[in-house]
Amino acid sequence: MTFLLADNVWLDALLRMAIVGMLVPVGVILLTWVERKVIGRLQQRLGPMRVGPYGLLQGVADTIKLLTKEDVRPDSADRPTFELAVFVIVVPVFMAAVAVPFTSDIFVRNMALGLFYFLAVSSLGIVGFVMAGWGSDNKYALLGGVRAGAQLISYEIPLILSAVAIAMLGQSLSLYTLVELQDDTPFIAYQPLAFVIFVIAGLAELYRQPFDIPVAESEVVGGPAVEYSGIRWSMFQMGEFVSLVLISALASLIFLGGWIWPFSADNATWLQVVLMAVKTSAFILFFMWMRATVPRLRIDQLMALCWQILLPFTFLQIIINGLVLVYEWPDWTLTILSGAAAIAMGTLIYRVARRSGVLYQTSGATQRVGSVL
Amino acid sequence: MTSEVFDVYIAVLIAAIFGIALVAGALIGNLVLSPRQKSEHKGVTYECGMLPIGRSRAQVHFRYYLFAILFLIFDIEAVFLFPWAVSFVELGEQAFYEMVVFIGILAFGLLYAWKKGVLKWR
Repeated sequence: MTFLLADNVWLDALLRMAIVGMLVPVGVILLTWVERKVIGRLQQRLGPMRVGPYGLLQGVADTIKLLTKEDVRPDSADRPTFELAVFVIVVPVFMAAVAVPFTSDIFVRNMALGLFYFLAVSSLGIVGFVMAGWGSDNKYALLGGVRAGAQLISYEIPLILSAVAIAMLGQSLSLYTLVELQDDTPFIAYQPLAFVIFVIAGLAELYRQPFDIPVAESEVVGGPAVEYSGIRWSMFQMGEFVSLVLISALASLIFLGGWIWPFSADNATWLQVVLMAVKTSAFILFFMWMRATVPRLRIDQLMALCWQILLPFTFLQIIINGLVLVYEWPDWTLTILSGAAAIAMGTLIYRVARRSGVLYQTSGATQRVGSVL
Repeated sequence: MTSEVFDVYIAVLIAAIFGIALVAGALIGNLVLSPRQKSEHKGVTYECGMLPIGRSRAQVHFRYYLFAILFLIFDIEAVFLFPWAVSFVELGEQAFYEMVVFIGILAFGLLYAWKKGVLKWR
């Protein structure tokens, strides 16, 4: 720990969490605006323009509207489950924020098991979705909740195992140490396969398009959140956006060298903040871009992608890392092996996606209709 | 050392309390600010405008259960992999091949499930 905000550890933790707690609502309000604006521009619309300059205050207006909206709960809902679900979704997100360092000075706590703790805590939110789906006494919500459970637990495994690959490379579970090891080369150069798997699985963990099956409007009308209105619904939104930021921050820490790469280990604090902000926003914008570009997968395609493609390739990455590290082969073999495996996986996904359509006879030629690509 | 570990998890406890307080604060704020009006049909479950038939305690398909079991197996494997991942270089060749055998057995389990058609979403 570099410095304490106060002498007492309790007070220090309280002060640090107070800063996080103040940044979170502001960040979420800003991010909803950014998302609507980005999606708008990608779809050749302007996005919000009315409230404030360039619609900047749209999020504030939305928050006021949600806060003053009547809180409707179905009569037949299971009250404790319905009301507790919101807490179960939001609280783990705050607990996960403890472990993520933003720069070498700015963090809540520097945990020795940071990576492990983050993955363990952030997966608690799944319970909240199942609770929300079950407690609402709504068929769509139940379906969405069960789908959320199936999808999130499935993609948990590639996510965790690609993090294991990084832990093997760095021989540490502390996010701080892992970043400090990347002062020459970020881990993405050694682990392209783990990086691709982490990003895909992260996207699925955030249940954003193309993996938004649990909350798809056209299938289950909003999924577990369908019976939630007003401020309760906005808690779902908050959980989603904060985990978006946290997963992006984690990806930039363990793959892109966090606050160090491409400069030296003793960057000035402002430079560290700029580096982390740029890398994290790059991931956030990438996730938003995916949302506007890729069509939604079907649930069988989703499960097949996870269990039949991502999981075997994550095992392959772990075995490659083990071989190279135990026999002390040079570093570039890691790059080549992992890169070749990443290309193989990309080709495989492409071929499977091409095959997923149905052959359709038109006048003269045979066309493939309904494939993912 | 012990106090340092304790110190870290104080922050976790406070974070949890903070999260609860934030949600509770928002709900209380909503309670104070929002209008409330009783109406006969307000409490009816939303089902795209139709009146819902029966309750939603529908039975869920068995395949979700199979995926949950598979998840359990691989999640526990991941828990075993973490301590191995940070120490296998020091332990050397033997530790690596032991873990290869372990992963191999689980990969065989996945292959078996695949062959049995568990992974196919029908």
